[in-house]
Amino acid sequence: MIPAAFDYYRPSDIAGAIALLQEHGDDARVIAGGHSLIPMMKLRMAEVPHLIDLQDIASLKGITISGERITLGAMVTQHELIDSAELAAKAPILREAALQIADPQVRYMGTVGGNVANGDPGNDMPGLMQCLDADITLTGPDGSRTVAARDYYEAAYMTDREDDEILVTVSFDAPKGGYAYEKQKRKIGDYATAAAAVQLVKEGGSVASASIAMTNLSDTPVWSEAAGAALVGTACDADAVKSAVAAMLNDIDPTEDNRGPVAFKRHAAGIVLARAITRAWDRA
Amino acid sequence: MNDMAPDRENRAAGLKGMGCSRKRVEDVRFTQGKGNYVDDVKLPGMLHGDFVRSPYAHARVKNIDISKAMELDGVVAVLTAKDLEPLGLHWMPTLAGDKQMVLADGKVLFQGQEVAFVVARDRYVAADAVELVEVEYEELPVITNPFEALQSDVVLREDLEGQTEGAHGPRKHHNHIFTWEQGDEAATNEVMDNAEVVAEEEMYYHRTHPCPLETCGAVASMDKVNGKLTVWGTFQAPHVVRTVASLLSGIEEHNIRVISPDIGGGFGNKVGVYPGYVCSIVASIVTGVPVKWIEDRMENLMSTAFARDYWMKGRISATKDGKITGLHCHVTADHGGFDACADPTKFPAGFMNICTGSYDIPVAYLAVDGVYTNKAPGGVSYRCSFRVTEAVYFIERMIEVLAIELGMDAAELRRINFIRKDQFPYKAALGWEYDSGDYHTAWDKAMKAVDYDGLRKEQAERVEAFKRGETRSLMGIGLTFFTEIVGAGPVKNCDILGMGMFDSCEIRIHPTGSAIARLGTISQGQGHATTFAQILATETGIPADSITIEEGDTDTAPYGLGTYGSRSTPVAGAATALAGRKIRAKAQMIAAYLLEVHDDDVEFDVDRFVVKGAPERFKTMKEIAYAAYNQAIPGIEPGLEAVSYYDPPNMTYPFGAYVCVMDIDVDTGVPTIRRFYALDDCGTRINPMIIEGQVHGGLTEALAVALGQEIAYDDLGNVKTGTLMDFFLPTMVEVPNYETDHTVTPSPHHPIGAKGVGESPHVGGVPCFSNAIQDAFRPFGLRHTNMPHDHWRIWKTANDLGLHG
Repeated sequence: MIPAAFDYYRPSDIAGAIALLQEHGDDARVIAGGHSLIPMMKLRMAEVPHLIDLQDIASLKGITISGERITLGAMVTQHELIDSAELAAKAPILREAALQIADPQVRYMGTVGGNVANGDPGNDMPGLMQCLDADITLTGPDGSRTVAARDYYEAAYMTDREDDEILVTVSFDAPKGGYAYEKQKRKIGDYATAAAAVQLVKEGGSVASASIAMTNLSDTPVWSEAAGAALVGTACDADAVKSAVAAMLNDIDPTEDNRGPVAFKRHAAGIVLARAITRAWDRA
Repeated sequence: MNDMAPDRENRAAGLKGMGCSRKRVEDVRFTQGKGNYVDDVKLPGMLHGDFVRSPYAHARVKNIDISKAMELDGVVAVLTAKDLEPLGLHWMPTLAGDKQMVLADGKVLFQGQEVAFVVARDRYVAADAVELVEVEYEELPVITNPFEALQSDVVLREDLEGQTEGAHGPRKHHNHIFTWEQGDEAATNEVMDNAEVVAEEEMYYHRTHPCPLETCGAVASMDKVNGKLTVWGTFQAPHVVRTVASLLSGIEEHNIRVISPDIGGGFGNKVGVYPGYVCSIVASIVTGVPVKWIEDRMENLMSTAFARDYWMKGRISATKDGKITGLHCHVTADHGGFDACADPTKFPAGFMNICTGSYDIPVAYLAVDGVYTNKAPGGVSYRCSFRVTEAVYFIERMIEVLAIELGMDAAELRRINFIRKDQFPYKAALGWEYDSGDYHTAWDKAMKAVDYDGLRKEQAERVEAFKRGETRSLMGIGLTFFTEIVGAGPVKNCDILGMGMFDSCEIRIHPTGSAIARLGTISQGQGHATTFAQILATETGIPADSITIEEGDTDTAPYGLGTYGSRSTPVAGAATALAGRKIRAKAQMIAAYLLEVHDDDVEFDVDRFVVKGAPERFKTMKEIAYAAYNQAIPGIEPGLEAVSYYDPPNMTYPFGAYVCVMDIDVDTGVPTIRRFYALDDCGTRINPMIIEGQVHGGLTEALAVALGQEIAYDDLGNVKTGTLMDFFLPTMVEVPNYETDHTVTPSPHHPIGAKGVGESPHVGGVPCFSNAIQDAFRPFGLRHTNMPHDHWRIWKTANDLGLHG
């Protein structure tokens, strides 16, 4: 648990951080809360000769709510998500999900940007952002571009982000209707055995729209368009939930690990999703 | 001098003696971050060690090339077995009569085994150098299952090839270590053959690990000028370490000083001797400067002493109405690559022969076969006396299985088989003599406290509701009645490497009436500085707040065998009380002289000696202490000191009755502990608050083991649970609110009647949590399923029973 030597930088603006990334190429990584990167460095699974700390970059901080558009700076911590009354009113699913991430000490340090950017299938924010159809803004040497969260993830730790780009914000429209973030885990601090993010809109006694995303059940988060579609037009009764679960199960591809074999994970995914849908419907 | 005496009760309360919930004096420094642990020891010029460890579970070491590591700036030395061999230290003896490689000598036998020891200027350079040591391995077939090991042609321990006699008798196979038999096999089989009812079960008690908060480490400092070696380390038995170090190194024992500073939890993990200790000592001798070695969490989990890993096969016989007639137990014990179990020498399977439990079982037989595999060595008593957790788990599961076989309520089955109060002292079929107990009283109190009949009624209703499809939750009621065997132990049958398992206390009363007492034990969080002072306060009349307790420095503390197996209070606590009584005896003579009466005419009264029949005439202990040093008393030596070495006449046998109520989500396999009731009888209670804390801690470690904590290996011998992500340590979120209760049955042979409590809750807790899970599924036909009961395994139990439709 002793990392190899590295140089440490703390730039005060994005341009400075990008310049360092360009200068050192593959040998440089940015660090946000460090909960993924520092253990990897200590295990010497990641060698980062040049470590660029983003904590002094003011433009990466803060939650901005402008009308119905919500923008989270990359360095917003999970604690800040929980602590923001305005956010809790506009998009309560964020608070519900953040409260299920690890423990308070982790949440004081862990950031939205780090969680979203890293591409770790165990992280909760990627699936949640897919559920919310969020946009991810990346800034590189040639300026900024925006990618849909639903298009961002390619494989475990592989994303659309180029090596010299920094994730700067995550933004989305305030969700409407009922919501739920349901997560089964072995203990506090663990990744999900299975987790489901659900947002659905109820109109005239039936589901008008539904968005469903699953976490830690494939090598990327899984936004299951079919699962959401299975609910639309129904009264969210038992059969509809069953159809949504069946559709979701077609989209996930869990692997066996210490949390259990594939059959268990698929079963747990179905249970977790059914419970999330039921809760979201009750809140819609 | 004699002021108006405060009343007797006030004086007693002021002493903070036995029975009061005195706050822990240690906690001031612990809660302020002012503890002094091994890693806090920093000496001038100190070097840092780090290990190259084997990535393979079984491989031949073809070559070790240290040249690149030696070229790195700041690297002082890289030790391999070749360097240790001339000193005879490339192997070391284990506590179990086997030997263990200090550094890989030609091959490695488990993943994480120590291969080379890098010594460098700082901790970072040492870690960098580890990466530069090039080791050429040739992989060998890996065996992680003891049954397979006993069938395999693969010889794990080539150094023992051809040796048919081991430390504990004949070896049946090249991967076999010992067979240990207790009881009467023929008589047991005869009872089984003719029994009205026999229940059989096989159970695997999985491998786990004590995982103390502080990992293991040492700082060795060889002073070449005065020839003295000082070693600070995470040692649960510092005196034993000193003696072993002297025997191994040839350094005379008076030139070795071993210091256990504050220790951040042991739970058995810090009883044994590890290669890191030996290498840091050798490195300091070679370099002439201090060398520190501190392992990280992964090293601790992967390479230091594990616990359990017992494959147990049982048969229990009874009459049709439930009276138990016999018990048969066979264990296949997976000891890993070396037999490094920490047990008294004559007990290769510890006190597994307490497996008849709390029941009057007329005949029994136990056989344990120890086996080598490609797993880490160990087999320590994780928060229990030697193998007692395994024994209690075994009997408490067998009782449940027998209850199923008989169609009986498991609480009633226990009740009708308990050893009765009038049977104590009770000679058990497997040899132990239980000193005391009142099991029926404890059990009845527990059943009443939890409204057992009401719980069963509620459970039956839940099952019906489940069958009607109204709920997906089942309710389990876990029962356990346990008897521990602690306080090892009588020197006549308990020793470690030949050293008898007595313990000791040395007291010095200062002239102004305060005191220091030193013991042969060492606290790892148990609160010795608090409780031993309480014993002395009651015995000597000196306030606990005026008594310093010191342990862990072999240059100052009297010789003792250390702290594990709940032995501190039963053995060192007894020594403390008896040393206190020696103080009191001398004080009585001094008081009589000062009061100008005969010795027999004064009597002890809380904090003073009073003249019989004239309580207004007295001398306080403070006055007596002053006189002891400053007044010439004819026929009495100056000073007020005492030493006591205590060889216990018997073990002590704490017991308890536990009940756990659990709700289980059949679909996700998630259990919720609704209630946990723990009644403990540890005899005389020294500090109720500390007892309660011990019970909470022991139950939490029991919850961990029962519900998920394991060291798991894949088929290639890779450790699958090498970090705290996968190795389950419960947090306050996973832990329920425990209800504690007690009865008091003092030990008849212990000077203050105390029995020890630190490990009881773990011993009783594991089967209680497990029984709750298993009980929930009993109405659907479950007979037994192995721990750990993590979510997917509970789910699988439900799935196998067809509960997922």
